[in-house]
Amino acid sequence: MPAVNETIETVRSVTEGTYKWGFETEIETEFAPKGLNEDIIRFISAKKGEPEWLLEWRLRAFKAWQAMSEPRWAAVRFPPIDYQDAHYYAAPKRRPKSLDEVDPELLKTYAKLGIPLREQEWLAGVATSPDGAPRAPVAVDAVFDSVSVATTFRERLEKEGIIFCSISEAVREHPELVRKYLGSVVPPADNFYAALNSAVFTDGSFVYIPKGVRCPMELSTYFRINAKSTGQFERTLIIAEAGSYVSYLEGCTAPMRDEHQLHAAVVELVAHDEATIKYSTVQNWYPGDAEGRGGIYNFVTKRGACRGARSKISWTQVETGSAITWKYPSCILQGSDSVGEFYSVAITNNFQQADTGTKMIHLGPRTRSTIISKGISAGHGQNTYRGLVRISPKAVGARNFTQCDSLLIGDRCGAHTVPYIENRCMSAKVEHEATTSRIAEDQLFYCRSRGLSEEDAVGLIVNGFCREVLKELPMEFAVEAQKLLQISLEGSVG
Amino acid sequence: MNLVTHAKGAAGFLHRFEGLRERLPGARLPWLAALRDEAAEAFRAQGFPTRRVEAWKYTDLQPVAAAGFDEPLTPVDDALDLPPARAGARAVFVDGRFRADLSSLDGLPFAAGALAQRLDALAGRLGALARPAEEPMAALNTMLFEDGLLLELPEGADGGVLELLSLATASERPAAFHPRHLIRLGRGARLTLIEAATAPEGARYLHNPVFEIELAEGARLTHGRLQEEAARAFQLATVYARVAAGATYDNFTLNAGGRLVRNEIHVALVGPRAACHMNGAQLLAGEQHADTTTALEHAAPSCTSRQTYNTVLMGRSRGVFQGRILVRQAAQKTDGYQMNRALLLSPEAEMDSKPQLEIYADDVKCSHGATVGELDPEQVFYLRSRGIPEGRARAMLVEAFLHEAVEGVTDEPLRRALDAAVAGWWARQEEGLAA
Repeated sequence: MPAVNETIETVRSVTEGTYKWGFETEIETEFAPKGLNEDIIRFISAKKGEPEWLLEWRLRAFKAWQAMSEPRWAAVRFPPIDYQDAHYYAAPKRRPKSLDEVDPELLKTYAKLGIPLREQEWLAGVATSPDGAPRAPVAVDAVFDSVSVATTFRERLEKEGIIFCSISEAVREHPELVRKYLGSVVPPADNFYAALNSAVFTDGSFVYIPKGVRCPMELSTYFRINAKSTGQFERTLIIAEAGSYVSYLEGCTAPMRDEHQLHAAVVELVAHDEATIKYSTVQNWYPGDAEGRGGIYNFVTKRGACRGARSKISWTQVETGSAITWKYPSCILQGSDSVGEFYSVAITNNFQQADTGTKMIHLGPRTRSTIISKGISAGHGQNTYRGLVRISPKAVGARNFTQCDSLLIGDRCGAHTVPYIENRCMSAKVEHEATTSRIAEDQLFYCRSRGLSEEDAVGLIVNGFCREVLKELPMEFAVEAQKLLQISLEGSVG
Repeated sequence: MNLVTHAKGAAGFLHRFEGLRERLPGARLPWLAALRDEAAEAFRAQGFPTRRVEAWKYTDLQPVAAAGFDEPLTPVDDALDLPPARAGARAVFVDGRFRADLSSLDGLPFAAGALAQRLDALAGRLGALARPAEEPMAALNTMLFEDGLLLELPEGADGGVLELLSLATASERPAAFHPRHLIRLGRGARLTLIEAATAPEGARYLHNPVFEIELAEGARLTHGRLQEEAARAFQLATVYARVAAGATYDNFTLNAGGRLVRNEIHVALVGPRAACHMNGAQLLAGEQHADTTTALEHAAPSCTSRQTYNTVLMGRSRGVFQGRILVRQAAQKTDGYQMNRALLLSPEAEMDSKPQLEIYADDVKCSHGATVGELDPEQVFYLRSRGIPEGRARAMLVEAFLHEAVEGVTDEPLRRALDAAVAGWWARQEEGLAA
């Protein structure tokens, strides 16, 4: 083991502070006063010029939230959160009217994050993948603290009848759609964090794909927490009408700080007959430092409803960031022959904790679901897969396949698997398998004997371990995700 | 109505304890009185668990809590209908009490007998493994146990095969009994224990046994549990086993009888190279509910564990499997495997399964698998294409599935007993289907 220890030391010394997205943008910000009460909710609602029904909706959610207590069943530990000690609204003071007016500081921030907000940059090929190749255009909704600061390629999308804007804008311009669907998949009082989000959500993306339209480009939201002592509570709503298709990506980062910041988002997806929604996440919130100081609490509710026959919702997530992740992107398979998929890579290093997985609720006949989860634990990280597969009596001929693999790197970390399988339908077939192991000595040895350094060898093996999930990511993201995996694991080789 | 003995709900059992406190076996032993009081406190705090308690998520004890139970009657010398012996040595318990007159334990090379007679020698041992604070049914048992089987095998002893028969009598009022069985095998000792629980059809009772099993270095216990309780009975069994270096604990549980049954097994592998095999079959029909819950703790390096549980569900039955494997940081080189399969043969049956891995050591190989589904149509088709009628083809596949679970049992007498029980169950079901 001495060689291994040496490697650990070397790598640690090189990679102290590898979170390169940890900078803070100096920008004039407007805050709501600290605290959480009805007045704050009224303040947020007024700031956004919301109609009365939405304010009422928020206040009902807040009432429900006050009666709830934090869920404690997840395998994560953290000190009590003081929900009064945060700003529930923070927004840059200068609000652009068009893309050309976006505060140069913001543009710089997003450019630094690799997300150009100027459409011409995408078109001119200025936007490049980490490997230098020009990237295909991606429409971006950039959410900075509590507000959406820019949404690109809107005109192009409007030609197809696609609505892609911030949810605040959608409330103003498409109230009938928002009212119909908001809370229809994740009810306001669904759980503690969803209720909190419903009460104070500030921005997020809204996507509407009309009947029969295949969205011509990837849609993407980039979430950035910048301000201190704030939380981010975004709300995303995606509706795919019959026969439509959309691929949506989200990315997120935050500055390095010693304080914990709360991110409690809600994402709702609705897929009608034969519609497909592909939702990919590369979650790279600040994970805290090597001693476990700081980092984002990522307590997120994501759920998709396959309402129509032969509809499909596919979740892909690469979870490398956050001090704590609590997240179960789920599918309610109502439509007959509908399909749910969940592909996940979750990495915990240093003192990170992740309790993540999915729920596949089979209601309609011949519904199918696939769950592939890869958990990697290193350092003192704790990584839990928690999932539910429920087959109702009407889900005749339903099918589920689940595979959960865990990889342990070092003997101070933990890897846990907690699947729940509930089958009430005779003709349904459910299969679950899970393995836990560490990187095999012979695999490492083989790579080393071919001249790879130990870190590269681990990177290669880990990428191989995650391949089934990474290949589900859109090309652009896949390359970044691979790099991210390697970076996240730096300092953990052993 | 006699308020002292009639127990309904948690309060009823606590009330009975208050009434019996001074008269329970070992009431004069301060350590035991303290143990019972603590257990009563724990039971008072927890009551019968509801489904909000994670460990009881899929099993609702409401029917047990709602039923009223009486104290088992004092034995009368009725001619009891004992099933044929499965081994030369047999300890017989009737309604939870040891019956020397029905047992044949003479000439054994080790101490075997009624726990109630030896309580004064069991300070520090009784209750060493059971955790009343965590498991409410163990609390109930500790509070009210009257008797049980005490087995002590000295170093190197070969105990052969011993049968533990638990019989319940049919009485007008349902009875509740809570036997406490204590088993200790010295270094290198070996024993096959075949435990059978049964009763005349129509008997209503709660059988709530707790086993505390300690295996010293290199010992080997094969523990077969044939649960064929009466159709309206409850059995809630909790087994605790502590396995030292190089020792092996083999448990096979057949859940075939009972209205509501829980088979809960806690095994701790505490010495290097200890091994545990936990296998079982659940054969369910009608309104039966059977729950197998295993908790396996790998606390020492280089231990091995294997678990295979197969469940067949007919009628409106409900099967539960919960299996947790915990690998502590010290338990490097752990090899753990767990598989549970369920075959749904009725559109109204339900199977809930919760395998669970919790791993804190890195040099381990652990896996689990679970499948739930109906008979594979392709297999049925294959057999039919060979000229076998559909009904027979399906029966063959179910039999194969059932025997798959028993296959792993290497102990001959136990395996014969299991095979017979499985075949008998399936024959009864087929009769039922044909009728």
